[in-house]
Amino acid sequence: MELLIKNGVVYDPKNGIDGEVMDVAIRDKKVVDRVDESKAYVIDASNKLIMPGGVDLHSHIAGPKCNIGRMLRPEDHYKDVEPRTQVKRSGVGYSVPSSFTIGYRYAILGYTTVFEPANPPLKMLHCHHEFRDIPILDKGCFVMFGNNWFVMEYLRDNKLDECAAYVAWTLDATKGYAIKIVDPGCVEAWKWGDVEFLDILWGRPEEIDEPVPRFGVTSREIVRGLCKVNKLLNLPHPIHVHANGLGTPGNYQTTIDTMDCVKDLAEEDRPAIHMTHVQFNGYAGSDWITIRSGAHEIMKYVNANKHVTIDLGQVIFTDTTTMTGDGPFEYKLHLLTKNKWTNADVESEEGAGLVPIHYKKSNFVHATMWTIGLELALLAKDPWRIFMTTDHPNGGPFTHYPRAITWLMSKEARKRTLDKISKRARSRSDLDNMDREYSFYEIAIATRAANARILGLKDKGHLGVGADADVAIYDINPREVDQSRDYKKVRKALSKAAFTIKEGEIVVKDGDIVKSIEGRTYWVKPNLPSDLMNAITSDLTKKFRDYYTVEMENFKIHDRFVTRSTPMPTYYG
Amino acid sequence: MVIVQNIVCPICGCACDDIEATVEGNKIVKVKNSCSISASKFLNFWKERNLSSLIRKNGELAPTSLEEAVEKTAEILVNAEYPLVYGFALSGCEAQAVGVELAEEIGGVIDNQTVTCHGPSALGLHDVGMPGCTLGEVRHRADLIVYWGSNFQEAHPRHLARYSALSEGRFRKGRKDRKVVVIDVRKTPSARVADLFIPIAPGQDYELMSALRMALNNDEIEEESVAGLPVDKIEELAEMLRSCQFGILFYGLGLTMSRGKERNIDQAVSLVCDLNKWTKFVIMPMRGHYNVTGMNEVTAWQTGYPYAVDFSHGYPWYNPGETTSIDILRRGECDAALIVASDPLAHFPKEVGQNLCKIPFAVIDPHMSMTALAADVVMPCAFTGIEAEGSAYRMDTVPLPLKKVIESPPGILSDEELVGMILKRVKSKRRR
Amino acid sequence: MKALLLTGRSLKQGIGKEVGKVTEKYKESVAMCEIHPKDVEELGIKDGENVSITTKFGSVVVKSVSSQNIAEPGIIFIPYGPYASMLVDYDTCSTGMPTLKGIVAEVKPAPSERILDVKELVKYLGR
Repeated sequence: MELLIKNGVVYDPKNGIDGEVMDVAIRDKKVVDRVDESKAYVIDASNKLIMPGGVDLHSHIAGPKCNIGRMLRPEDHYKDVEPRTQVKRSGVGYSVPSSFTIGYRYAILGYTTVFEPANPPLKMLHCHHEFRDIPILDKGCFVMFGNNWFVMEYLRDNKLDECAAYVAWTLDATKGYAIKIVDPGCVEAWKWGDVEFLDILWGRPEEIDEPVPRFGVTSREIVRGLCKVNKLLNLPHPIHVHANGLGTPGNYQTTIDTMDCVKDLAEEDRPAIHMTHVQFNGYAGSDWITIRSGAHEIMKYVNANKHVTIDLGQVIFTDTTTMTGDGPFEYKLHLLTKNKWTNADVESEEGAGLVPIHYKKSNFVHATMWTIGLELALLAKDPWRIFMTTDHPNGGPFTHYPRAITWLMSKEARKRTLDKISKRARSRSDLDNMDREYSFYEIAIATRAANARILGLKDKGHLGVGADADVAIYDINPREVDQSRDYKKVRKALSKAAFTIKEGEIVVKDGDIVKSIEGRTYWVKPNLPSDLMNAITSDLTKKFRDYYTVEMENFKIHDRFVTRSTPMPTYYG
Repeated sequence: MVIVQNIVCPICGCACDDIEATVEGNKIVKVKNSCSISASKFLNFWKERNLSSLIRKNGELAPTSLEEAVEKTAEILVNAEYPLVYGFALSGCEAQAVGVELAEEIGGVIDNQTVTCHGPSALGLHDVGMPGCTLGEVRHRADLIVYWGSNFQEAHPRHLARYSALSEGRFRKGRKDRKVVVIDVRKTPSARVADLFIPIAPGQDYELMSALRMALNNDEIEEESVAGLPVDKIEELAEMLRSCQFGILFYGLGLTMSRGKERNIDQAVSLVCDLNKWTKFVIMPMRGHYNVTGMNEVTAWQTGYPYAVDFSHGYPWYNPGETTSIDILRRGECDAALIVASDPLAHFPKEVGQNLCKIPFAVIDPHMSMTALAADVVMPCAFTGIEAEGSAYRMDTVPLPLKKVIESPPGILSDEELVGMILKRVKSKRRR
Repeated sequence: MKALLLTGRSLKQGIGKEVGKVTEKYKESVAMCEIHPKDVEELGIKDGENVSITTKFGSVVVKSVSSQNIAEPGIIFIPYGPYASMLVDYDTCSTGMPTLKGIVAEVKPAPSERILDVKELVKYLGR
């Protein structure tokens, strides 16, 4: 099928296109130079905004903790339902939507690629199960390694090559995409309920140089070790780090320490570390009364150091569900809020926890969190190294992305919210003095182009010839609209794409799903020198028996469980 | 002769994945690592088997073609106003997914065996959460293992050896490093392997858990005994729970089926949450069928809810007590049913079973059962995990692949295929 | 004799159900009632003689088994299955879960009464 999108106002930052009126031609799932207009299906996109399909690098959309969230919160679904239609399966929202609904709602926002950021290796099959039922989107899943016994032991014993071989084997066996590190070392301590090590009672952020009890390796060594492993395996995405001390006043310093601990490992213009949902890791002050933004300190470091990328974890004022591999944090949140709590420790590797939360404008801490996310974005000098996320659903459901985007694009929109938030939070924030407004071009970077680049997806996030034909068309003329004053118009247009095109097929029209197709599953297939793999095989086989309650054969995920399996080979060394 | 290793056992929630079967011809002649229930299944499943589709004619079940059976089932479901699709705890996740789609297509209710086992656990989860872990965590760390209202030696025969007291872990070398407490109303075979057996009065679990929480929090208990247990014993037990390094509370149907039901689970979870102030403590339901957990998972990611999902509005709706199969059958609202790999007639209270017998229904099951004997249509299927591939979730939500060890008899399809055929037939009928 | 009825899983029932739900082995494993030895004495029956159990919800004849599993007199146990289901409480009290344990029952000796098989129970339910 051939498609021609005519006369749209195109933003394609990777190719330097900043709001030019031009055509986009599509043939056989790819963007091409031209198509025969008389034969192609033509979309008249005059006065419409065109961007590559959205790419989200951090959104909890699939796997065990998402499903615990769904089961934990029937009250989350009652008020938000999706009836079955000719093309759509039914489902529910809101903060933990059912799988089909996730695919449809992302597509309606103009997103076509979304990565699930945290699954434990042992439960990766669950993630692939859910991927099968998330339509339209291309997907991939990051695998958690930061509290893994194999990793901690290899690093403690200075066996870096063996560690790399283990990580490579696991990514291949579980069909994962990248190395995720969550609260390195601390989840292991939490599995003993080690409140002293975790400083739970005093509410201090963990430091990165304390050795993990019983393993003798520090958070710093885990992060550095896995960063080196990442480099050895030439993985497409850098280590993706949820730093220690999340959600604790004073943690901004831990965040900076974590970024800095891999500085010497960076190569020229290739980021070595991605720090995720930095808002949650960006608190200054020493308790919940003195808490204030650490955004200035963090962004001073980020702006000066090219080896780092970050995403926001922006807070939305709404009722949502927090879910993370950071089990100890969720316990702290349970103590703090008294809300219902689930915990899900996973043998020999990782953990998870969930607690519902309602972010309120009037709450000083919640409002402060809201200001931090925006400050981070507005202080960023290089839009290619900062990505817009809400850490769905932790900061708020992804369906609120248009709202978060207009906060970035309009001082007026920010002011409207600032007028309603806790006065104490407002007076302690710099947000009132920040005049910066993201342009459409910068938004296209922070929601697509930069995300695709940091994920190593060369055919995503742009509209050059050879790119995947994933396109979002929004019913707004970016050349005419006053984005600052008419931010509501922008928000409305971004909320319901006029068209979303996935692999050359029109899946959304006028803000509604018109066709549902299956998305790809990306995973990396590292190629190891056979002597290295052989060197760890016997060790791995023995330890596997000792550490797990499943057989190695049943841990490996068969291709039949992987929807549109799309392996990306990488090479060692 | 072929030896197939690492088979996931398709019986109970333990889903032991180390079963080894010796296959000669197309027959399993020997199994290793199996418990007695598992061995009984692997060595006997092919006996006493119905290999023909059946349809009720003049009051009696008579052989028919598969096509006619599928056609009749589709007709029953399409003509119904409020049909029920029930079962799937012994199916693979793939068949379960097709089952949910069928229920959605016909605007009916999808429900599973959770309704008569751990439904109250789901309700407890909704109320207060569920701090848990995988079974390997227990193996490596637990020094105190409490089984409450669970006769694991008979319902989960390898649980103790593989995952809990007898297993050898990183930080616990075996039985001597652990203490086992069994709390039950009967002195079951499980009680006999405990270091401490606490017999309690039936239906008073809630009271005892409340008293334990009071003891933990240093509140005065005014009664002299609770649930038949003297207060000083309760305080001793509270101290034992508080002073372990890693404790787990495994609970069974003793809590979910007795007086109090989901309130018992609320209280058990709250007790465990309290205990985390002093030590590490987690809780886990002892799920029965090997993939009842999977059915909850599949239903939850497809609809948002773990069981008892009603599609009659066109979207998923859930309200246990209203949309649960026991209740809709009991109220006589349900007017047709498809039962997959389960035997509700043998396990639902009599009045509910009588109402099921009043409506047309079809059964997909590898075996004849009481329910199949009463059905209007019976379609035999392959044994998932032995004759058909799939995947399943262990009681601790660890997903596992299911193997096809041998071929099913000629013409015998998997339940996934059969439900898929019915769905296809239903869709074409509805379009007409 | 008044007693409190408990239901639950048993190993024999587990093994029996895997052999087949309409087999004699399964029937043997579920058409039985565990009774405290003292209660067996009180009922004046021989271990293994049939008893009839009646609750507010129904009545069924099963085989008696004198059992040490029963912690104290006054409690009886029938494994899950067609026979226990004749006796349990259908009311879920709006929770979805019927009450399957802890039901007041009357136990009587029934040496001359016969245990119905599964096919007869199906008829009894209305098919």
